[in-house]
Amino acid sequence: MKKIVDKVLEKYPAKTFKTRKKHIIVKDDSYEIPQIEANTRTIPGIITNRGCCYAGCKGVVVGPIKDMVHIVHGPIGCSYYAWGTRRNKAKAEDGEDNFIQYCFSTDMQESDIVFGGEKKLRQAIKEAMDLFNPKAISISATCPVGLIGDDINAVAAEAEKEYGIQVLAFNCEGYKGVSQSAGHHIANNNFIKNVIGKGERKYDKKWNINLLGEYNIGGDTWEIERILKKIGYNVVATLTGDGSIENIRNAHKANLNLVQCHRSINYIAEMIETKYGIPWVKVNFIGIDATIQTLRDMAKIYDDPELTKRTEEVIAEEVAAIEGELVYLKQRLEGKTAFLYVGGSRSHHYQNLLATFGVETVLSGYEFAHRDDYEGRDVIPTIKPDADSKNIEELKVEKDEENYRIILSEERYEKLKKDVPSLGNYAGLIKESKNNNIIIDDLNHYETETFIKVLKPDMFFSGIKDKYAVQKMGVMSKQLHSYDYSGPYAGFKGAVIFAKDVLAGVYTPGWRYVTPPWKTEPLIEGTIEKEGAAC
Amino acid sequence: MLDKTPKELYERKALRINPAKTCQPIGAMYAALGIHKCLPHSHGSQGCCSYHRMQLTRHFKDPIMASTSSFTEGSSVFGGGSNLKTAIKNVFSIYEPDMIAVHTTCLSETIGDDLRTIISQAESEVPEGKYVIHANTPSYVGSHITGFSNMIKGAVTYLSQNTGEANGKINVLPGFISPGDMREIKRILNVMDIPFIMLPDTSEVVDTPMTGTFEMYPKGGTKIKDIIDAGNSNYTLALGKFSSEAGAVALEKKCKVPMEVMNIPLGIEAVDKFITELSKITGKEVPYEIEEERGQLVDLMLDSHSYFFGKKVAVFGDPDTVISLTEFIISLGMIPKYVVTGTPGDSFDKEIGEMLEKAGIKDSIVKNAGDLFELHQWIKNEPVDLLIGNTYGKYIAKAEDIPFVRFGFPILDRFAHHYFPTTGYKGAIRLVEMIANAIMDRIDRDAEDEDFELVM
Repeated sequence: MKKIVDKVLEKYPAKTFKTRKKHIIVKDDSYEIPQIEANTRTIPGIITNRGCCYAGCKGVVVGPIKDMVHIVHGPIGCSYYAWGTRRNKAKAEDGEDNFIQYCFSTDMQESDIVFGGEKKLRQAIKEAMDLFNPKAISISATCPVGLIGDDINAVAAEAEKEYGIQVLAFNCEGYKGVSQSAGHHIANNNFIKNVIGKGERKYDKKWNINLLGEYNIGGDTWEIERILKKIGYNVVATLTGDGSIENIRNAHKANLNLVQCHRSINYIAEMIETKYGIPWVKVNFIGIDATIQTLRDMAKIYDDPELTKRTEEVIAEEVAAIEGELVYLKQRLEGKTAFLYVGGSRSHHYQNLLATFGVETVLSGYEFAHRDDYEGRDVIPTIKPDADSKNIEELKVEKDEENYRIILSEERYEKLKKDVPSLGNYAGLIKESKNNNIIIDDLNHYETETFIKVLKPDMFFSGIKDKYAVQKMGVMSKQLHSYDYSGPYAGFKGAVIFAKDVLAGVYTPGWRYVTPPWKTEPLIEGTIEKEGAAC
Repeated sequence: MLDKTPKELYERKALRINPAKTCQPIGAMYAALGIHKCLPHSHGSQGCCSYHRMQLTRHFKDPIMASTSSFTEGSSVFGGGSNLKTAIKNVFSIYEPDMIAVHTTCLSETIGDDLRTIISQAESEVPEGKYVIHANTPSYVGSHITGFSNMIKGAVTYLSQNTGEANGKINVLPGFISPGDMREIKRILNVMDIPFIMLPDTSEVVDTPMTGTFEMYPKGGTKIKDIIDAGNSNYTLALGKFSSEAGAVALEKKCKVPMEVMNIPLGIEAVDKFITELSKITGKEVPYEIEEERGQLVDLMLDSHSYFFGKKVAVFGDPDTVISLTEFIISLGMIPKYVVTGTPGDSFDKEIGEMLEKAGIKDSIVKNAGDLFELHQWIKNEPVDLLIGNTYGKYIAKAEDIPFVRFGFPILDRFAHHYFPTTGYKGAIRLVEMIANAIMDRIDRDAEDEDFELVM
């Protein structure tokens, strides 16, 4: 496998070769987990799949909050492309607002670039207030905003005073950091500083949890919540799929944080723990085994016989309901191989789900994950921020004396960690990858095409930009960002929907017709015999 | 659906809601894809490039390739020169296009990167016989249509040459239309036996067949040698003022090729004018095949008229196609009640205003630089019988229960639309079918059992 990798890299100019080779490793069980380079700047002209800081902030973390008006301060494109394209589903709560179908922008013009756009932004906020009277507003900065020096924080503070609602400003200019990742961090910081901890609700249930880093793509959050509620958990807040600002304000009232997408939300998980004493656990609701493991981990943390019993009952019920289908789906998919290339978390999570159906992942990678997502959180102390990311604020939070609670004593925490390794920790993608698997960071078009030609996977899971190029190569290609407009894929029911979608992709009769019959059958007159439909 | 949109009208000066346009670079990327073996390059931070590739891919359900300078904060402060030079080196050695067509974003435009200088400094990275061209496409000016127009202008400015050897061809700048439309216009030109150069031409680029092989640079696209040769043509027909005029003017200035701006040949009157003009310019007769198509269209218009007459229509989209479509709506006996484009430009209001006046239609609202939120509010105040526009119209159609025809860019939620034209008489026939189907499906859906008709 190492030789294959070297061969692929040969084509690169010297400087590009030197950089790219550090982003590719081959898993070797006989060694320790090797170091991978990640979260560094994108090579210009390489045809990356990466997006920008704005996409990570507004598009991913902030945008799904349904009862806020999200104003994008910039020319029209940024707002337009994030309009309905990420399938973070939301449904209005009784009598509450839902703005998810809307796209709001200050639509900056040349004069705003020349004379500044603050005045227009102020007016846009006024108009949003007049028209919608929302509970809260967000302002997201785009590339030119930082350059021309518009002070969106001042405008937000002013508007808060004037209208008496919360106005959150996000300095998520597209050029910050090296990818979407910077935007996650910026969004996390703002939520910790200004939102979480501001709520005054009371919760009388005992198993109060937050679901962090879960964006309800195709209804994933709803499937996860269905299972959790069935067991008896109370979901205080979800960040941020189908999210509401008031729920997020009360997130400090929960007693356990579940982290689904580590990359996008680990900052909040950490800071909540420091500030309010709430422990977090890395969960995975993608895949049957992973979901069961997660539910059992949660029960161990709470250590309540009633909860443990209910957990096992629900697992038994849910598994029984899909068992027959699982057997059939596995029979049809077993032995196939897959490539997984998604943003910052799914490339790991879906390996488990694919394994349930006997599909092996031979190559995986992230667009914008950091070394800890690959190698596990233990390496965090060794990660040095480079010049491109050092301007992203590292927020230091202190214990909130009023609201801090000891939920797990130090002694119990240490004991639990042995039983539940994912308590306050994440082991990363590489550990669970199989021997000889290739792991690639910021996989680009050339590498995608070449590795497909060499390794000939049966299926490729990635995004919209890859999908059709891969399909043209004759390889089944499914999107693991948008789920190809299907879903949910999370939880028990989602696992079945996912496998059925994969099955449809692999077995659709269309594949049989790629080569025209006259390319394979003899065409000399008089020799053709009717063979009928052989396959 | 769209529950927060109030009926009461409210004049906005700053807040844009549900736009009927997007930004320049995606139009430039689309134009550059219409050049053979050309890789579009986005000079800005990489988010733009990913978004533009994403949206085009979702519209065409086909691979859309482009590279980016991937600005970081450092390059945003000190300029993106070295990013572009690195990109040029990487693109030529890894992806081997014949040409890189660079466009800009609000980032590199606000910084003021001087692309001509940067590109000339990168000359040593450009292999023999290969090209790097550019167009400035600031996202805070105009719309994606402006970006398309700028890239065409950039291509002819960089490449076209008048060598004094007339090629006997006419140049056709087809405007921001689909590959199905470009195929149709080429077919008409071929049927009329007119030699031509079309720029850009995205057919066989974004509507490629499945063969089991991925071609990074598919068969289609205007050949670079033809763009150069466009300077030797007899005439340039610029279809669509907003998307094609600038390119034709640049070609006239640089290479003295006479030009004319016409509406995009969509609907009966615009196609009539197009065919007549082609015949006039070239002295070629209009062949029977075209007359037959026209006759079939008129036959269809008469056959189906009762379903159209007096129906109110709301239409939105890109200015050039909407102008022609509005004219066609009038030709079908319908009333264009609301006509909106997100692209700014007063000539839109003026041209449509004249059409309405000529047809004696009063009380319609026509607006450039408008948006779908306001359109929805108008509809709430005075409903329409039909909505025509891109995929984002589906929310209004559902909220107000209006029959809906998908037209223009982008169409993200249906397949195969880009294979078929809406231009030419053939395209007009298809439009009549789509409009009639939408209206008749609704009649069927709403009919009481006793009123449910077998024959319509």
